[in-house]
Amino acid sequence: MKRKEQMNSVEQELLKGREYIGVNRIEGPLIYVHKTHPVGFGELVEVHDRNGRTRLAQVLDTSDDVVVVQLFEGTDGLNLPSTRVKFMGESFTLPVSAGMLGRVMNGLGRTIDDAPLPKGEEIMSINGLPINPTSREYPRDFIQTGVSVLDGLTTLIQGQKLPIFSGNGLPHNRLAAQIANQATVPGREAETVIVFAAMGVKYDVARYFIDSFTASGVLNQVAFFLSLADDPSIERTITPRSALTLAEHLAFNKGYQVLVIMTDMTNYCESLREISTLRGEIPSRKGYPGYLYSNLAELYERSGKIVGRSGSITQLPILTMPNDDISHPIPDLTGYITEGQIVFDRQMHSQGIYPPINGLPSLSRLMKDGIGEGMTREDHPHLANQLFASYSHVKDVRNLASVIGEEELTTIDHQYLDFGTAFEKEFVNQKDNENRSIEETLDKGWKALEHLPPEELRRVSEQELETYYKG
Amino acid sequence: MGETVIGYVKRVNGPVVTVGGISDAAMMELVYIGSYHLIGEIVKLDGETAVVQVYEDTTGVTPGESVYGSSMPLSVELGPGIIGTIYDGIQRPLTRLRELSGDHIAKGVFSPPLERTRRWAFTPLKAVGDTISVGDVFATVPETSHIVHRLLVPAEIPLTGETYTVERIAEAGEYTVDEEVCTLRDTSGALHALTMISRWAIRKPRSVKERKTLTVPLITGQRVIDMLFPLAKGGTVAIPGGFGTGKTMTQHAIARHCDADIIVYIGCGERGNEMTDVLREFPRLIDPHSGKSLMERTILIANTSNMPVSAREASIYTGITLAEYYRDQGYHVALMADSTSRWAEALRELSGRLEEMPAEEGFPAYLPTRIAEFYERAGRVTTRGGEEGSVSIIGAVSPPGGDFSEPVTQHTKRFVRCFWGLDRSLASARHYPAISWLDSYSEYVDGLSQWWREKGEGIWFEQRQQMMDLLHREVRLEQIVKLVGPDALPDSQNFILEVCSLFKNAFLQQNAFDENDRYCSIEKQLGMLHVILTYWELGSAAISRGLPLVRVKKMKVVQEIARMRFSISDDNIDELDRLNIRLERQIHRLGEMYET
Repeated sequence: MKRKEQMNSVEQELLKGREYIGVNRIEGPLIYVHKTHPVGFGELVEVHDRNGRTRLAQVLDTSDDVVVVQLFEGTDGLNLPSTRVKFMGESFTLPVSAGMLGRVMNGLGRTIDDAPLPKGEEIMSINGLPINPTSREYPRDFIQTGVSVLDGLTTLIQGQKLPIFSGNGLPHNRLAAQIANQATVPGREAETVIVFAAMGVKYDVARYFIDSFTASGVLNQVAFFLSLADDPSIERTITPRSALTLAEHLAFNKGYQVLVIMTDMTNYCESLREISTLRGEIPSRKGYPGYLYSNLAELYERSGKIVGRSGSITQLPILTMPNDDISHPIPDLTGYITEGQIVFDRQMHSQGIYPPINGLPSLSRLMKDGIGEGMTREDHPHLANQLFASYSHVKDVRNLASVIGEEELTTIDHQYLDFGTAFEKEFVNQKDNENRSIEETLDKGWKALEHLPPEELRRVSEQELETYYKG
Repeated sequence: MGETVIGYVKRVNGPVVTVGGISDAAMMELVYIGSYHLIGEIVKLDGETAVVQVYEDTTGVTPGESVYGSSMPLSVELGPGIIGTIYDGIQRPLTRLRELSGDHIAKGVFSPPLERTRRWAFTPLKAVGDTISVGDVFATVPETSHIVHRLLVPAEIPLTGETYTVERIAEAGEYTVDEEVCTLRDTSGALHALTMISRWAIRKPRSVKERKTLTVPLITGQRVIDMLFPLAKGGTVAIPGGFGTGKTMTQHAIARHCDADIIVYIGCGERGNEMTDVLREFPRLIDPHSGKSLMERTILIANTSNMPVSAREASIYTGITLAEYYRDQGYHVALMADSTSRWAEALRELSGRLEEMPAEEGFPAYLPTRIAEFYERAGRVTTRGGEEGSVSIIGAVSPPGGDFSEPVTQHTKRFVRCFWGLDRSLASARHYPAISWLDSYSEYVDGLSQWWREKGEGIWFEQRQQMMDLLHREVRLEQIVKLVGPDALPDSQNFILEVCSLFKNAFLQQNAFDENDRYCSIEKQLGMLHVILTYWELGSAAISRGLPLVRVKKMKVVQEIARMRFSISDDNIDELDRLNIRLERQIHRLGEMYET
């Protein structure tokens, strides 16, 4: 039996790179090829059209009579008789190297900035392998972003995946650029690099990031994977995988602290839906495939830290909530996988508050272990808790005021309204190039709380009141 | 490992593989696919083809590759060494896999679930010539410093009968798990050799002698649970909640503090870092009941969201089978499944790949049956060996968009008797645990009141009623306040709002990071409840005599009540009585002052 298996592998070796001329059916990004040699599931495929242009593809379904191939670059211009399909006998891999920093690539990791890419230091499968939970190191190093509402209330931790839930027309790109420019881990400034994956965004969005990184002088530490709005939508399903493969190489083989910005996850999910519909799969919610959760998890779970390796991958995915609906499948499933979320609020945006982050639904699940004494400041956990509690009461008071009128409110409710305004205008609101230290942030939090009498502050300790509260 | 070829790969579609040329295969049989020997299970047989659900990534699997049979269903390996281990969904030990394949889980790696080299101190309980039946203990092995592993006569290996005579049994000493330690002779005279290992098919419930009614609470140390919505040992509860409402935090708190003997924690399709958190924290934390490390009573099953989806489907069954195994040894086991929605989604994904006709929201029509079968494996029982044991199931549910009307939540509700609904607005206000006192319920309250009476704390039942009543009155009053403001209410009604607000802040909320507050003994819980109800009774009496609400609210002792959960430790519960006396005195004095 061993012999037979060996025969099989010899056979497979010989069949590697076998090419077929002519395909049987083309539908959207899918090609159907009949009667091939045994083709492996997930195998990489090269498709050549009659003009000799090569496109990359992947085996989506294989059986002994038909193979379904999914093209990443669209099927326009292909015809049935003269399309040549070459099965490469291996899964999709990407040559990665630190030399890709400062370069612009397409979603498949090929250069589009007119210079050849450096030779790969390693060739890695773009699908990655799941990290063994026993090998993970629990993330607990605080990243200072210089944005008060993040540092103070939804602290970003190295190795975390923290998405921005935004809406169309809201300044999520500005915030992402600000975070990328300002994020520092105390004592580790030099090692931070950025991998940027753009999926289906417009050219000017990509341009905005390039300009912003040029202005702050970090451009040569950023690797861009661009799959713009006019690129074939199918390429978007590969873009984040290429980006994360490079990120894994930089973090776990090279020891960099990698920040991965992925925008816009909504476009990615829509591409998945497109393929799923074409294949006639049974849809679940809103037409998205049933495996959307697992598929997103394959991306998001590639962040983190590994015991004994110095690097880390921190993810900052951006997604625009269709119709600002947080219960839409994309933000919903994302929220179940990621370690918290940063939620934008259109009303705050229209009041001119930047960043328009609504603190109440926003959450950082990892902050509990990354803040407090020795990491940020000893009053941080209680202060954050108090700000949340008080601000949530502000919302109730505002609702009440809109019914019975502000004059009818009690004194204490008036104090809450003042606190709410101070919190939004002084603590949350800041400039998009303003880099606040964590001390500044926390002091501003206390300053806002001074609008409230001390007996309302039940979440902070007596000692903290004494030291920081000056109301 | 299986060596007989039973067919060849015909088609590969993600985790679903069609196998052709089947000669001899059974439904649910464990099979190995292709040169990587990927583990799979036969889920459909049709003429010469079979459909196999594969538990690993199928990239690279090629039509024409051989498929090997094992002639047994997917089973778990049972024996000493399970506790303290972290397994994946099909019981592969993850620490061992890491040694074999590095920081990432490679394809086709395999390691036996129980360590073969470790030697265990074996103490026989039976002698040669003794009669013994299925489910009886024939020997013990100390598994951790306080859990004794009882080796049972397995039910399924010999099919010849129920009773045996001991033909040979090893002397006390150290043995590895696969050494023969006992030989039994059945009624027909045939011999059966036993090692410390037995096997059980994960989809089949283990048999018991008798199922008992649920009358003993599972004490969790969480006030909102133990006092308002208690769970019985052997009971079932669902915790539904949108993301960020604290399902995992609640599960972790129960896993840490509840008074079960053994915890099985299944991370089913959830975050990798959460499992790392458990792995990092539990060995350091002390079990409040035994005083030992928590890891010495915990079994972890981690099938994170990026691990293969079919193994996620199996992880729930692997977990419950391990739980039942320890139940049969006479232990109280609490099983946490986080989250059953991910399991249901795995069912949906696989069902879609099998091209089955979908029912609600794409879920297969057999979803309710599967959920029912799972929860039905909980219970408090008399084991076949005559011991008492229980399995309680605490299942998290992650409804999409936090909408409890979706199929998984709705069907789960049909089969559980306790429901802890998590509320997003509470979570936003950082009120944890965010268990809503309006949506939640427990059908165990009546059954458990007897237990409390026997403890001499029969008052619990009335006090609970009284508090629930106040909370419901508060809701109606809040609606009025929303329309006309609090000033429009008379003091007597405003006082209800005041007491409920105090109750929420000082009692229902519990800080998982505070030394004194994270675990609350039932004595302290009862004491705290009593203090708050005293405040309500004396306060409302005083107000009805004309005392203004402001004066009652501003009493110094109210601040003390607000902080009692932090300031009074479990060893110092008398302090609550003194607090109660101070409260009575201050109200009394206030009444006197006002009269003069």
